Amino acid sequence: MKKVHVTTNVNGDQVEFLADPRETLLDCLRNHLDLTGTKEGCGTGDCGACSVTLDGTLVCSCLVLGVEAEGKKIETIEGMASDGELHPLQRKFIEHAALQCGFCTPGILVAAKSLLDTNPDPSESEIRFWLAGNLCRCTGYDKIVRAVQDAAAEMRGAA
Amino acid sequence: MSVGTSLPHDSAALHVTGRARYVDDLPVPADTLHLAFGISTIAHGEITSMDLSAVRAAPGVVAVLTAEDLPFANDVSPSAHDEPMLSTGTVHFVGQPIFLVVAESHLQARKAARLGQISYKERPALLTVDQALAANSRFEDGPVIWSKGDAAAAIAKAPRVIEGTFDMGGQEHFYLEGQIALSVPNEGGVTVHCSSQHPTEIQHKVAEAIGTHMNAVRVEMRRMGGGFGGKESQGNALACSTAIVARMTGRAAKMRYDRDDDMVITGKRHDFRIHYRAGVTDEGRILGIEFLQLARCGWSMDLSLPVADRAMLHSDNAYNLENIRIESHRLKTNTQSATAYRGFGGPQGMIGIERAMDHIAHVLGRDPVAVRKANYYNDMGDGSQTTPYHMPVEDFILGALTERLEASADYQARKKAVADWNAKNDVLKKGIALTPVKFGISFTLTHYNQAGALVHVYQDGSIHLNHGGTEMGQGLNRKVAQVVAAGFGVDPGAVQITATDTGKVPNTSATAASSGADLNGMAAKAATDTIRERMAEFLAREHQAEPAAVRFEGGRVKIGGEDMAFEEAAKRCYQGRVSLSSTGFYATPKITWDRKAGRGRPFYYFAYGASVTEVVVDTLTGENRILRTDILHDAGNSLNPALDIGQVEGAYVQGAGWLTTEELVWDDKGRLKTHAPSTYKIPACSDRPRIFNVALWDGPNREETIYRSKAVGEPPFMHGISAFSALADACAACGPHWPDLQAPATAEAVLAAVKRARGTV
Repeated sequence: MKKVHVTTNVNGDQVEFLADPRETLLDCLRNHLDLTGTKEGCGTGDCGACSVTLDGTLVCSCLVLGVEAEGKKIETIEGMASDGELHPLQRKFIEHAALQCGFCTPGILVAAKSLLDTNPDPSESEIRFWLAGNLCRCTGYDKIVRAVQDAAAEMRGAA
Repeated sequence: MSVGTSLPHDSAALHVTGRARYVDDLPVPADTLHLAFGISTIAHGEITSMDLSAVRAAPGVVAVLTAEDLPFANDVSPSAHDEPMLSTGTVHFVGQPIFLVVAESHLQARKAARLGQISYKERPALLTVDQALAANSRFEDGPVIWSKGDAAAAIAKAPRVIEGTFDMGGQEHFYLEGQIALSVPNEGGVTVHCSSQHPTEIQHKVAEAIGTHMNAVRVEMRRMGGGFGGKESQGNALACSTAIVARMTGRAAKMRYDRDDDMVITGKRHDFRIHYRAGVTDEGRILGIEFLQLARCGWSMDLSLPVADRAMLHSDNAYNLENIRIESHRLKTNTQSATAYRGFGGPQGMIGIERAMDHIAHVLGRDPVAVRKANYYNDMGDGSQTTPYHMPVEDFILGALTERLEASADYQARKKAVADWNAKNDVLKKGIALTPVKFGISFTLTHYNQAGALVHVYQDGSIHLNHGGTEMGQGLNRKVAQVVAAGFGVDPGAVQITATDTGKVPNTSATAASSGADLNGMAAKAATDTIRERMAEFLAREHQAEPAAVRFEGGRVKIGGEDMAFEEAAKRCYQGRVSLSSTGFYATPKITWDRKAGRGRPFYYFAYGASVTEVVVDTLTGENRILRTDILHDAGNSLNPALDIGQVEGAYVQGAGWLTTEELVWDDKGRLKTHAPSTYKIPACSDRPRIFNVALWDGPNREETIYRSKAVGEPPFMHGISAFSALADACAACGPHWPDLQAPATAEAVLAAVKRARGTV
C-alpha cells in the first residue's frame, strides 16, 4: 500500500514520517521515530501500556492510526521531563517505589499526568478508576496511587 | 551501610523516562528478519496435508520452515526432550507451533502465518483431569505417594470426618512484556538477546538447535517486563527459532509473540483439583488427613514434576500433621503445557489445607483462626516436629506473628463487626479471614541451588558487577549491588550493574524459586570478599600492619593513621599489581532431598507470613470488593524494605487475582477462549484493596543467608488465599449450609456459593 507522508508534533517538536496507512500510531512512534518509551502490552487497547495524549486526549496509541496524527499534537513519556528535570510524577514514582519491571510505567505516568492536567486534586477513588485502564502486573497498585496523590499534592503546593 | 536501606530500583530513573530498554526497544540491523509461528487449530490429531504455498507467496515472506527444515535438534523442552519446536506430524493442543514464517517485517510474518492450509485427521482430545484419569494419560508411571504416620487409621478413629473437593483454576502470567528474542549472528555462532529468567537454559537449547557447543552461544539479558515464572522455559521456542534463522541466513532475526499468540501458545499455572478427607477432634485438631491432588499438566512435561512435587510439599502449610497421606497425579492433557508460575505448585498445595481448615471450622462452628492455631507447628520447635516429608521445622514463627497481626489488624473486633453487619444486612454480606503462609525456600532440584558472580574493581575505584540472576522487576540487581557496595564500604552508586551474560557468568540457574538474592547475593559477596581481602593484604603490607586492621567504610579505606578514598586505594592496588577482579561462587548448604521417597531436607529454611482480608459481596449479583487487607510478612533482615514491601503488595494482588477474577476458559474443542485482556481479567487499579496495610516482620533468618535476609518473591503470593477465604466466609453468612466456593471466585462462582449456603440450588 502507498505510504502516506505525515507531519505532526511530538513532545513539542515538528516531525514527519512515512506511514503505511494501516500502521498504528504506536508502531509509527516506535519504528519511525525511535520513541520506544511507549510500549505494546496487548495491542487491543486493554492494557494502557501504549498510552499517549493526542491533542490533550488520553488514547491507546495501538488503537490510533499513524496517519491520524497529521497536524496533531502528541505527547509521550519521552516529553514528560523537561530540560533534564523530572516531572513531579516521575520523581514521586521513584520515591514511592511505584514501579517494578517498569514496562507499564510510561503508560501509567502519561495517564496520571493527563488526570492531573484536568483534575489537580483527584480523590483516591478518582485516581483508582482513572488508572483502571492501565494494567500493572507487578506492584499491586498501592504505591502507584500513593505516588500520584503525593505528586498532585506537591504540584498544588507549587502552583 | 547500604544493606537494609530502601534504595529505589536500579532502573527506576530509566523506567520513568521511557529510557529503559527492553528487547523490543534495541536498535536492530536494517535487514533484520521477523518471525511468527503458524499454529494448530485443533487439540489433537495427525497432520494429513500441509499447503503452505499461500504463506510463501505472501508479501515480505523470505522463507517458511517446517520440522523437516530444521538442521539440528527440534526440541524446546527444559526437561524430557518431549517438546518439538515445530510439530513433527502430530498436534497436541490448539496453539501448537507447526511452521515458522520468516519475513521482512513483524506484521508480514504474522499475517502470512494465518494463511497455512492444514488438514488433520482429528483424534479424541483429553481436555480435563477426569478425561485424562479415565484414559490413564499421565507423566510418570503412576501417582506419587508420600506419607507420614497412618492417615487412614487416624481418620477411622477420629470423632469427626470432614471431606470435600476443591477445584482451582490455572493462571495466565500476563507479564506486560510478551515473549521475545533477538538473535544476531556472529563469526562462530550467535548472540541472543531475550526476555528470559533462565539465560543458561536458552544458551543450552540454542546450542542444540544450531548444532554447536554452548561456547558458541552468548545470551544477554538486561531486563524483563515481568516474568512470574512464565519466562523460565516458555521463551525457548523464540530464542531457538531466531538463532536457527540467524545461522541460516546470516541476518539478525527477531520474534515477538503478540498478546493473543502468547496466551494461546505458552503454558500457564497448573489448575488442580484437590480432594481432602480429614479426621478431626471436636475442637478441630486434625488427627489424620488425606489429600488427592490432580494436576492438569498439558501436553508436554516441561516443569510439571517439580511443580506437582512442590504442591505436595506445601500440603501441610503451617500445620503439624502427624498422620498424612498425599497422592499426586500428574495428568497429561491436550492443552498448553502448564509451567512455572510464582509459587510453583506451592499455592495449589497450600490452598488445599487452608480450604480444609475453613471447612472444618464451618462444620464445627468454630472461629477459623482458632482452628488454624490449634493445628500450628510450635514456634522455634526443637526439631521433633516434622513436615509430612520428615523435615524438622525449627524456624517456625507463626504463633507470634499471627498474634501480632491479629492485634494490628484488630481481627477479633472486626470479626464481630462483620457478624453484626451481616445480622442487619440481607443484600451486602461481609466476610473476613486470616490465613498463614509457610513457604519452603530452595530449588527442589538440588543442583540448581548454586550461583556465580563476577566483580571487577577498576583502577579509578569504580565497580562492575555481574551475576547469574536476572532482573524481572523484583529489584534483584539493586539488592546484589547493595551487597557489593557494603563489602567495599562504598556508595551503591559506585557499583555498575550490567546485563546478565552467559559469557561472563556461566552455568547459572533460573532466577526462580525466590532464590535470586539468596544465591546471587552470596556469590557476589564471595567475589567482593576475595577482592577486598587482596586489597587489604597489599595495603597492610605497605603499612606493615595486619590485613584485619584495614577498614573499608564510607567510601574510604583506613589503615593505621592513613585514610584514603576508595579510588586511591584501588589505584594503589592496581599499581602494586594486585588482581582486582574475582569470580564468586555459592552453593546452598544443608539440603538433601529424595523426591521419590518424599524424604529429606529440600529447603534451607522457610519464609513466613500471615494476612487478614475483609470483603463485601453483593448477594444479588455475586460482585465483590476487597475492603481491607493487612499483611505481616517475614523477609528476615530485609536487604531493601521498599523493594520487599513492593514484592509483598504485588504478590498479594496477583494471588488474589488468581483466586477471584482470573478465569481461564477452554471450550469443548480445547480452544482457549480467554486469550486477551478483554476476556481474561487481571486485577486493575480499581480492584486494589481500599485499605492496604503491609508490614515486615522484624526477625533475622536463623540460617546464614545473605545478611540474614529471606527470599521474598513467591511466599507473599499465597496471602491471596485470605481474600478467597474471606469471600467464602461472606458466602457462608448467607445461610446455614457449607457454601463450597470454588476458585476462581468469579462473581458467577460467588453467586453459586451464596445459593448453596442458602440451600436454594
